[in-house]
Amino acid sequence: MPVYSDKVMDHFMNPRNVGEIADADGIGEVGNPVCGDMMTFYIKVDNNHLRDVKFKTFGCGAAIAVSSIVSEMAMGKTLEEARKITPALVAQELEGLPKNKYHCSNLGAQALNKAVDDYLKKQGKEVKSRRRGKNEKE
Amino acid sequence: MKRAYLDNASTTPILPDVLEAMLPYLKEYYGNPQSLHDWGDEAREAVEEARGKVATLIGAQPEEIIFTGSGTEANNFAIKGLALAQQSQGKHVVISAIEHYSVLHAAKTLEKWGFELDQVPVDKHGVVNPDEVERCIEDDTVLVSVMHANSEVGTIQPIAEIAKVVKKTGALFHTDAVATTGTIPVDVRELGVNALSLTPNQFYGPKGVGALWLKKGVRIIPFIDGGVQEGGRRAGTENVPAIVGLGKAAELAKEEMASRMAHLSVLRDRLIGGLLSRIGHTILTGHPTQRLPGNASFCIEFIEGEAMLMLLSHQGIAASSGSACTSKALKSSHVLTAMGIPPEVAQGSLLFTLGLENIEEDIDYVLEALPPIVDRLRQMSPLYDKFLKGKQGGR
Repeated sequence: MPVYSDKVMDHFMNPRNVGEIADADGIGEVGNPVCGDMMTFYIKVDNNHLRDVKFKTFGCGAAIAVSSIVSEMAMGKTLEEARKITPALVAQELEGLPKNKYHCSNLGAQALNKAVDDYLKKQGKEVKSRRRGKNEKE
Repeated sequence: MKRAYLDNASTTPILPDVLEAMLPYLKEYYGNPQSLHDWGDEAREAVEEARGKVATLIGAQPEEIIFTGSGTEANNFAIKGLALAQQSQGKHVVISAIEHYSVLHAAKTLEKWGFELDQVPVDKHGVVNPDEVERCIEDDTVLVSVMHANSEVGTIQPIAEIAKVVKKTGALFHTDAVATTGTIPVDVRELGVNALSLTPNQFYGPKGVGALWLKKGVRIIPFIDGGVQEGGRRAGTENVPAIVGLGKAAELAKEEMASRMAHLSVLRDRLIGGLLSRIGHTILTGHPTQRLPGNASFCIEFIEGEAMLMLLSHQGIAASSGSACTSKALKSSHVLTAMGIPPEVAQGSLLFTLGLENIEEDIDYVLEALPPIVDRLRQMSPLYDKFLKGKQGGR
């Protein structure tokens, strides 16, 4: 098993905000089961703030910990602030990820960003997304 | 905390009798078997006694046993050494699609050295069909290698049948019997092979030692050059304590084989039956009956193996997985892929390999601990969501 930081272990053993939001304002899905990891983020937006964030994840310990910490980092933030969560920040917040897990499992920020895109699209607003990751599909 | 070691395919514990047999050769009997004095004689006699015990275990002659540093080394030695020794007759090698990396990667190295390589496919149970082997053999095939059993899925191959096919063509036939030797009956004459690899860390002996059985008269190119040890075919001062341990482990395996197999298969069937009845959407991988007595391997759908291993480990249970996320290279097991298991299902690979120390209580502990772990990960899985929604939609 890979050597995970205490923070990763904590978020894997006790993931925060697992679940889905039935009447979500935005949904973002990245990855696919064939490549090993898949994450779906659900957001509830109120007055430009993320009032609720939930996720579901199929994947390894790192993928689950990443999703959990992203949900925590994003909770209560403005849409603009949420956009600023990057894979690098996520890894930092988790006190590091094993090298071989950095790319495949670190999809949480992308999934969140995609949920924000989805929300804006539903609002009829222009989507000014960050660059897309290779695991995302239009 | 309760603990249960169910990862014996990775390595087995050392039996106390094996350790006892080894200790004098780590202490007072430190001589070099090649030396011409009492110290050398003591060590040499111990090595030769061990050679005899290994030969007895597999129905061979003592002089046909070559000690190596591991099962991996024995496989490398066989694949490269036999192919190179035959290369004037042809440069085509055939292996199965589910070989251990020590055979697969050795064969790939041969490819870099100018050999051609073909891999025989397996069916959904991981069985190599002798007819498929025949189809892969060409006029210039000099070596065929098919493992006796695969430790990842437990399937035991029809080696004697395959040997008949290979014999007709004149190619040499090697089998990697690391997963079977000392665990189920292995007799080199009955199997009809020319070379066979084994290691005692699969049957309660030490690590760092293995052996290649090479049928009398078969030529091989030495793997490690140096002195005259092992008939000049594998140089380097003999690892006397480990070889003595291998001999003792072989002796005990021969004596206790029937009772060990009975013990393991009862536990295995309890685990397989219990797990399949408690956890839905679970596939038993490998052959349902032609399987190693201690092997219970599964794919549990909609979740991933490493996450299961971490939660099991948290409860003191040791298992393993062939999922992509578990491997350093992040690729799912080539064994599961060759058996036609889709990558997303292979992600849920979970392997329990039982050993002599396991008791019924260990199995019941796993059967109690695993279902909540699977539930917990499935509750988190978007794949499981999709499956449930698909079902509601009547699809």
